[in-house]
Amino acid sequence: MPQSEQNIQDTIRPDASPDVPGPGDAVQQPLIRFEKVVKQYGDNVVLRELDFTVQPGQRVTLIGPSGSGKTTILRLLMTLEQIDGGVIWVNGDPLSHMYKGDHLVPANEKYQRAVRKKIGMVFQQFNLFPNMTVRRNITEAPIHSLGVPRGEADERAAELLDMVGLKERIDEHPTRLSGGQQQRVAIARALAMRPEILLLDEVTSALDPELVAGVLDVLREIARTTDITMLAVTHEMGFARDVSHRVLMFDHGRILEDGPPDQIFGEPREERTKSFLHAVLESG
Amino acid sequence: MDWDFIVEAMPALLAGLRYTVLATVMGYALALVLGLVVAMVRKGAPPTVAKTVFWIMEFIRCTPLLVQLFFVFYVLPSAGIALTPLTAGVIALGVHYAAYTAEVYRSGLDGVPKGQWEAARALSLPGVRTWTSVILPQAIRRVIPALGNYLIAMFKDTPLLFAITVPELLFEANRLGGENFKYLETISAVGVLFIVVSVLSAIGIRFLERRYAAV
Ligand SMILES: Nc1ncnc2c1ncn2[C@@H]1O[C@H](COP(=O)(O)OP(=O)(O)OP(=O)(O)O)[C@@H](O)[C@H]1O
Ligand SMILES: [Mg+2]
Repeated sequence: MPQSEQNIQDTIRPDASPDVPGPGDAVQQPLIRFEKVVKQYGDNVVLRELDFTVQPGQRVTLIGPSGSGKTTILRLLMTLEQIDGGVIWVNGDPLSHMYKGDHLVPANEKYQRAVRKKIGMVFQQFNLFPNMTVRRNITEAPIHSLGVPRGEADERAAELLDMVGLKERIDEHPTRLSGGQQQRVAIARALAMRPEILLLDEVTSALDPELVAGVLDVLREIARTTDITMLAVTHEMGFARDVSHRVLMFDHGRILEDGPPDQIFGEPREERTKSFLHAVLESG
Repeated sequence: MDWDFIVEAMPALLAGLRYTVLATVMGYALALVLGLVVAMVRKGAPPTVAKTVFWIMEFIRCTPLLVQLFFVFYVLPSAGIALTPLTAGVIALGVHYAAYTAEVYRSGLDGVPKGQWEAARALSLPGVRTWTSVILPQAIRRVIPALGNYLIAMFKDTPLLFAITVPELLFEANRLGGENFKYLETISAVGVLFIVVSVLSAIGIRFLERRYAAV
């Protein structure tokens, strides 16, 4: 489904009629659209006019060799990096730009903060706040960025911690938790913002092998029980196969192959994909 | 050594010590707040503002405290800003030391991993909240010992206030010594009082460190 659909999607230009977003076309509108996205660091062009779309509820795994731009794509979506060309659309709204009249101009900080609320991210290094308890790690953003009342935020934190199996650790500081536990708290913290899109950047890569399964189980559970849209960079091919609807194989900032996991992992069309998967399976 | 004279002079010396401690505490409070503001401006403000503040601080660090005291107390009045000796002393001490505490804060801010800023951003935490609940608590915790050292250093610089007629400890000791020709007693008493207060503050700082500083 994704390949043919993507071709159709690519012919629809959302900026052709930006000011008439009728409820009807919301159904077909992709949740995420990269349109000729360019990102470069100095002379190093990481993304060269990258185009792709993701439908609401779709779970996408990004694979590809080191330096192929996977992290860059997630960081652009999280607005942790500024875009150098093209437009990223989230739910029909430009993420990196805003309308001034009917022109698109680079978005200011306030606009980005608003659009960003739909997106959550879990980092390879967890990045929990060490000066706060587990509870406050989870409630801080809902309270101060969404305006959720404290009592409600606390309740939600308890529920989320229960889901990731860490209910008893709510009053501890994250430094006292194992890496796997910290990562599960980080997942709960991201979900507390009720994002539509969850970005996962190699969330198990920094973990000792025996802690990986616990984190992946939590993610499987989220995939099973919610319709949150996921973009995950991972080397856990088994997990990718179970959970994702679609796999994107990147190479040098381009999409080399795009298809359902069974096809990509089972019968990859490209030589590069084959050798990449071979290398990953060898090392894993 | 005339011990009776020391006992007799003690009330006046302690009154002087009160000024010394008062100037230190207020000057230090000013240095803590101003230094933090400077460090935050240098990290968060537009480059031109940050650069300007950098050069001002560099200038302050490169001129002697005594000259700055004279400037605030004797030169500012000609610009219509007349201050009491104590106020002038506190301002000069606070601004001078802010140039140093700003550097301390800066190293603390630089020590907060980039991932903390990114996590705050990914959670859409408002800028003010990011500073007050994520960045500053972590940054300050790791520089408490270094900040504590400047408290002691500033305390030891307070006798310079003598030069702008603040009736602090050395000022009183000098007065009493001169009036009675007993410099040995009064100046020795100054030394001892400084040691006592320094040791007490060091203990206090150690306590604060153990309570709040990062492990
Ligand atoms: N902050 C940066 N400054 C300069 N170059 C960068 C920066 N971040 C990434 N790059 C470069 O961008 C390219 C893509 O990096 P990216 O991190 O997106 O790759 P990746 O696919 O996530 O790789 P990996 O599998 O190793 O995580 C690389 O060539 C990298 O060197
Ligand atoms: Mg990466």
